[in-house]
Amino acid sequence: MSNSRSGNVGIVIVSHSAKIAEGAADMVRQMVGNAVPLAWTGGDPEGGLGTNVAGILEAIEIAWSPAGVAILVDLGGAETNSEMAVEMLPEDRRARVVVCNAPVVEGAVIAATESSGGSSLTAVQRSAEEFYA
Amino acid sequence: MHDVNASRASKTSVPLTASAVLVNPVGLHARPSVKLTQCAKRFAATIEIALAPEGPWTDAKSPVKVMRVKAPQGAMLYFRVAGPDGKAALAALLALVHDGFGEA
Repeated sequence: MSNSRSGNVGIVIVSHSAKIAEGAADMVRQMVGNAVPLAWTGGDPEGGLGTNVAGILEAIEIAWSPAGVAILVDLGGAETNSEMAVEMLPEDRRARVVVCNAPVVEGAVIAATESSGGSSLTAVQRSAEEFYA
Repeated sequence: MHDVNASRASKTSVPLTASAVLVNPVGLHARPSVKLTQCAKRFAATIEIALAPEGPWTDAKSPVKVMRVKAPQGAMLYFRVAGPDGKAALAALLALVHDGFGEA
């Protein structure tokens, strides 16, 4: 988990594997820098592979920014659990969190790059989703 | 190393062009692409890059598009910049390329 306070869009990385999530976060920090609030979560609470809603909610809290948060996910449960976590957010925050349709590693780096320039949540999401365009 | 045709562009509506050789070891791969787009985004000007003076031109503010250019080491990178802060943008971008994106 890592964080930096700024008005830029926050990035949350959700993978079934804690190693992938942490590694992707390392890439973001090293390639993009510290101007973007960033958090990652991965694995189930027992240390195995999986994702869990509580962990995702915690990551959203850490990466929270008034500009919103973009979530990058890997497969299946990472997406549905992220959507569930978004649903559980207070109403005023719900509309400012999006789950991007993008590859988790590349999408995280690109979303953070876009965010580091002060772009809006919409622009951050659009940029990350260019990978599948 | 580079040529800035800034003199003919006293009006900001005329695009400025310049070029520079990619000196860093791996060319415009992921990390330099991120640095290039971050630099470009600091300016209001429209900024495009290409591997040939006639294009095709790529939006330098899109990290995904910049990475897709896959410019190798030694390639000549062309810039086309238009906007009120175009001159400053071009200077910053050329400095970045000459500096090998901080990794040469």
